[in-house]
Amino acid sequence: MVASPVGVPVDLVVVGAPARPGWGTTLGRFIRRKPLGAAGGAITAIMLVTAVLAPWLQTHDPIATDATYTLGRPNAEHWLGTDHLGRDIYSRIVHGAWVSLLVGVGSTLMGSVLGGIIGLLSAYVGGKTDLITQRLLDILQGLPLLVLALVMSASLGPSVRNVIIAISIPIIPRAARVIRASVLSIREMQYIEAARALGVRHLRTAFRHILPNTVGPFIVLCTAQLGSAILVEATLSFLGLGIPEPYPSWGRMLSVSAAEYAQKAPHLVLFPGIAISLAVFGSNLLGDALRDTLDPRLRGSR
Amino acid sequence: MKSYVAQRLGIAILTLVGMSIVIFTLLRLAPGDIVDILFSTAGYVNESEKQAILKELGMDRPYWIQYLDWMRQILTGDLGKSYRYDVPAWEVIRPLVPVTIELAVLSIIVAVVLGVPTGVISAVRQDTTLDYVLRVLSLAGLSMPSFWLGMVIILGMVSWLGWIPPLTYVKPTENFRAHAIQFALPALAVGYRSSALIMRITRSSLLEVMREDYIRTAWAKGQAERVVIWHHALKNAILPVVTVIGIEFAFLIGGLVVTETVFNLPGVARFLVQAILWRDYPIVQNLVMFIAIVVILSNLFVDMLYGVLDPRVRYGG
Repeated sequence: MVASPVGVPVDLVVVGAPARPGWGTTLGRFIRRKPLGAAGGAITAIMLVTAVLAPWLQTHDPIATDATYTLGRPNAEHWLGTDHLGRDIYSRIVHGAWVSLLVGVGSTLMGSVLGGIIGLLSAYVGGKTDLITQRLLDILQGLPLLVLALVMSASLGPSVRNVIIAISIPIIPRAARVIRASVLSIREMQYIEAARALGVRHLRTAFRHILPNTVGPFIVLCTAQLGSAILVEATLSFLGLGIPEPYPSWGRMLSVSAAEYAQKAPHLVLFPGIAISLAVFGSNLLGDALRDTLDPRLRGSR
Repeated sequence: MKSYVAQRLGIAILTLVGMSIVIFTLLRLAPGDIVDILFSTAGYVNESEKQAILKELGMDRPYWIQYLDWMRQILTGDLGKSYRYDVPAWEVIRPLVPVTIELAVLSIIVAVVLGVPTGVISAVRQDTTLDYVLRVLSLAGLSMPSFWLGMVIILGMVSWLGWIPPLTYVKPTENFRAHAIQFALPALAVGYRSSALIMRITRSSLLEVMREDYIRTAWAKGQAERVVIWHHALKNAILPVVTVIGIEFAFLIGGLVVTETVFNLPGVARFLVQAILWRDYPIVQNLVMFIAIVVILSNLFVDMLYGVLDPRVRYGG
């Protein structure tokens, strides 16, 4: 029999520990307990696949215009019809998934990571630094997300990169708040005291011992913000301050006058909006379910 | 209480000063200014004329002087001149304010009327089909862009009723019925979205309160369900809901930016977008400051309201 470093036979140690459930089991349990969340996950996954496979799923070139077939009704050739320039709406929506996801995920990750680091350091250092950081974050949070993003993207100029930056900045204070709150409670735990007593340096304590324990709130935060980031992108593009032409963006596809096209081509207004709503709906459902699962404090509150 | 209010006001003013610096800096980072836009529409650039206009608008001065000038104007109540319209900024903004406030108030009313009762029903019938349906409906409200919902409403009205949204704003004194319809539709679109959040908070807050001992006592006394829920439970559950309504009111303005555009209402929010596109700095910076002040004041107001609604809340330190 092999002995472990502490002198206990290895198989004894193993028998005591419960078997870690595999990925498949965890996923199966999630689907059974949170059917709505699973549906949200499925919608998000479909969007991801559509975004990645867009060039193969398209039936037409999404930016090719066709002056002979404008405002066309949906038919076998153009599944969702054509817009006022004769561009195929189905192909544009499929490519729009990529733009929407790129901006949504990009700005959410950027804002959450920056905000998370600020929240972590602010809570860990504490005292005056924490107080001043909180006041600075108040400044960023005092404006509606959309208004700040609007001013930001106008001042940076329209491009995919700038839209990502413009949407990520308003996310920073929200992310910092969430991570700060969770670090404040972790900081007081005994294993942190133990790590400090063993002589672990501050930065290492913060990033190695505290950070991994904020992963739950962080994932919840990201899924919750993803939906609103997609919405803000659509709104900015709708107003002409977001994704520039010729990128097919769902929001930009809607920037036609509803009253003007309502009679001739209602599909112009309907389909891109359904795409936005479905994408946001999916990530909201998933976010809600993940919050219930990963954040036990909120369990039951839904 | 008094020192608490003073402290909160102090922090609010510091936050506003910080915001003014952020807004001012952001707008100066923007590529191109009003003069470029004026000349690009005219189709030619005359360097000496350009300098003359810049000088007339005070844009040739160092940024920090322009900033201090703006602060002085805010303190004296003079909001400067609109670059584009060549009239005092306040004169351009003033007629827009009532439109936006009316729309915001109507939307909040729609949101509360829709959100609170559905939240209560959803909590009382927890985990039934009705609860699931209401929750999915409310989440759908959070997922739809309110401007798109507005477009779909217009679309429906046009194709089924032959109603075409008026292209110009109708004053309530001119034609009250037309005015009411003009405002009811955008208020519905924006209110539905906000109701989703109110419904979710009402539901979770009520669920928490329903587990408390005094509610069990009320049931045990044989009180009717209606009395227990609407009288005993909701009284305590409504507090977080009030906070959300306060926050929503402030954030509504964000949603109005596009809704006013879609419905062609001459409000503050639609004008903000146009002013940004025109790089009309005095208008943009004053409008954004106006929004910031509304947000901060409504947060403060909600906190104060807490003390009135819940005598247990004491302000201090």
